[in-house]
Amino acid sequence: MRPWLEKQLHLIDFTLASLARRKTKNVGLLLAYTLIVFVLASLSLFTHALRSEASYVLAGSPEVILQRMVAGRHDLIPPGYLDKIGRIRGVQKKEGRLWGYYYDPVVNANYTFMARPASEVADGTIMVGSALARERGLAPNNTISFRSYAGKLFGFTVAAVLSPDSELLAADLVLLSENDFRRFFEYPEGHYTDIALSVANPQEVRTVAAKLSTALPDSRPILREEVLRTYQSLFDWREGIVLTVLAGAILAFAILAWEKASGLSAEERREIGILKAIGWETSDVIRMKVWEGLIISLTAFLLGGIAAYVHVFHFGAAVFAPVLKGWSVLYPRFTLVPAVDGLQIATLFFFTVVPYTAAVLVPIWRAAITDPDAVMRA
Amino acid sequence: MIELANIRKAFNQGRHNEYWALHGIDLSVEAGKVTAFRGPSGSGKTTLLTIVGCLSRPTEGRVRFKGEDISGLPERFLTDIRRQSFGFVFQQFNLIKGLSALDNIILPGMPTGRPRRDLVERADELLDQLKLGHRSRAKVEWLSGGEQQRVAIARALINDPQVIIADEPTANLDTALSKEFLAILEGFTDNGKTVLLTSHDPLVVESSAVHRVVGMRDGRLTAD
Amino acid sequence: MRPSTLVLALLAGLALAFVFIFGHFSWSTATDAERLAANRALVEHYGLTDLALFTEARYTRHPSQADLHSAFQDHPAALEHFPTGSLVAPRSLPLFRDAPLAGKTTSPD
Repeated sequence: MRPWLEKQLHLIDFTLASLARRKTKNVGLLLAYTLIVFVLASLSLFTHALRSEASYVLAGSPEVILQRMVAGRHDLIPPGYLDKIGRIRGVQKKEGRLWGYYYDPVVNANYTFMARPASEVADGTIMVGSALARERGLAPNNTISFRSYAGKLFGFTVAAVLSPDSELLAADLVLLSENDFRRFFEYPEGHYTDIALSVANPQEVRTVAAKLSTALPDSRPILREEVLRTYQSLFDWREGIVLTVLAGAILAFAILAWEKASGLSAEERREIGILKAIGWETSDVIRMKVWEGLIISLTAFLLGGIAAYVHVFHFGAAVFAPVLKGWSVLYPRFTLVPAVDGLQIATLFFFTVVPYTAAVLVPIWRAAITDPDAVMRA
Repeated sequence: MIELANIRKAFNQGRHNEYWALHGIDLSVEAGKVTAFRGPSGSGKTTLLTIVGCLSRPTEGRVRFKGEDISGLPERFLTDIRRQSFGFVFQQFNLIKGLSALDNIILPGMPTGRPRRDLVERADELLDQLKLGHRSRAKVEWLSGGEQQRVAIARALINDPQVIIADEPTANLDTALSKEFLAILEGFTDNGKTVLLTSHDPLVVESSAVHRVVGMRDGRLTAD
Repeated sequence: MRPSTLVLALLAGLALAFVFIFGHFSWSTATDAERLAANRALVEHYGLTDLALFTEARYTRHPSQADLHSAFQDHPAALEHFPTGSLVAPRSLPLFRDAPLAGKTTSPD
């Protein structure tokens, strides 16, 4: 056992000395490699954590949302629509919702306005999401005016700012009373945006949806499971930007591995000849190279992985923020709850360490099996 | 100690540029003596040495080392024998640039799994004997020709081999250093080692340190 | 210290840090659990249906609620007009086509 261990240490010593001879090149290689692992791991961690959080949190959304469609477009719920639903068995609660979008020209941002019962928000006051508050510099008891689409100016007092912890969900929310909502948007009386229904038994939801469609042919039920599934396919690898990033990273990695695998310099070949001539076996040379591949790829993987974790869960994936932000002005500040998919990490490990180590071995093979005799003639 | 029977060696066998370097060499090398091979370029001296030292295999013929036929052994065993019993000093030294003298010297010892401490101790000993102790940590590319040769010699000795093979050892040395080398040679045989070397240099061939001179021409032995 | 032992020690250290950091998530703190529970309660209370991640456009802000037209509202070929539109897959349909709904609805889906 001892001689075997000593031999491995000797081989590692030699391989490190070899790497140190081209210090700049090898440090650059290591950095590039680490960067690729960092990007891929960050993407993987971020996606998985966001999906986990979304599916947990959105499990509280209404079981069925009923929208009305006219000529294929979403239209308002007219008065009496709620009654047409009648008494469908299983439906515990049905509630007309009022919400819509407002474009604020002051900061070029889009807000989501939602009406709430008078018990929560009094006339003349609003509750705002914390990202919005940050963007417009609002605190409780401040006043703010919005110009409605009709051109009229409405003033509101900020009653409260929603918790910063809820930014991922409520970054751009403006909660106001029903009266204020209808006045602001000149929303026709008795009309609603959509209807939220709660169904007690989860098994019944589809049956209820089917009954609703029968009762109201121009409606379009949206089930909670569809909402959840939307967020399960967030950042799917087939989606545009993710595919581009993945393709880019894989290509960069392939170039790296190809450069390694595409052959030895004359210097390297000579060295292997010398090693063979002074008593190293083919297996020794190969083992030494395996160590080289392992040391570089393991270092890159561990460093990249740790950096990715810190990046995603402590810095909120700041590198991806510009992509996620797109053209929006409001962007929620959030730190995801760590959730790691072991399988993804294992796959990343397998696909970064193994190909690179193999790539290091490919050119060595030919050189390692040649007769050391050639050295005498060099 | 070493016996060669009808050794023939061809390069690029079967191809249009097939070339026979050795045409049937029969030779017996005595233990504990210095044998010098002399002859013009292309006479096959270096080829013969590589076969004797297990660096390559003969196309035909047998090599016996200490009574054992080694010409047909698989690579692993051949390498083992080469590592334990033979030390090479190449004409071009063939040291690895970027490594220190010490690191170069301990290279042949690495695959044996000997502890680094032992190897370094032995290397330092050898360097002291060769009067190079003060340069042990220097990178080999910064050493002079004579110093590099002494590093090459030390490397050949690290595993304490019985046979030392040197190819044109004084080709890159001046007279003074050549004489020093011959003194080292004498030291080898005093320790019971067998030495085979090739040389053009009359200083070496005609020296008292050399016990036997073998002539070669066109891949054959000539009269001694 | 020998280079090989140094490097092996560093690697071992990194590996330990890796395992610790990644393993530590499984003991998610009480505050994390509280935060998640609070957000879920918020969703239930306000009847929210989407994350407020992409506030660029209507169909990116509420991807689960958007109808087929919202994306095309601005321009017939506007589908990836907004960068984040390329990050969100189209609203997925229920697992199986509801047979009872077939032929009964007059709205596209």
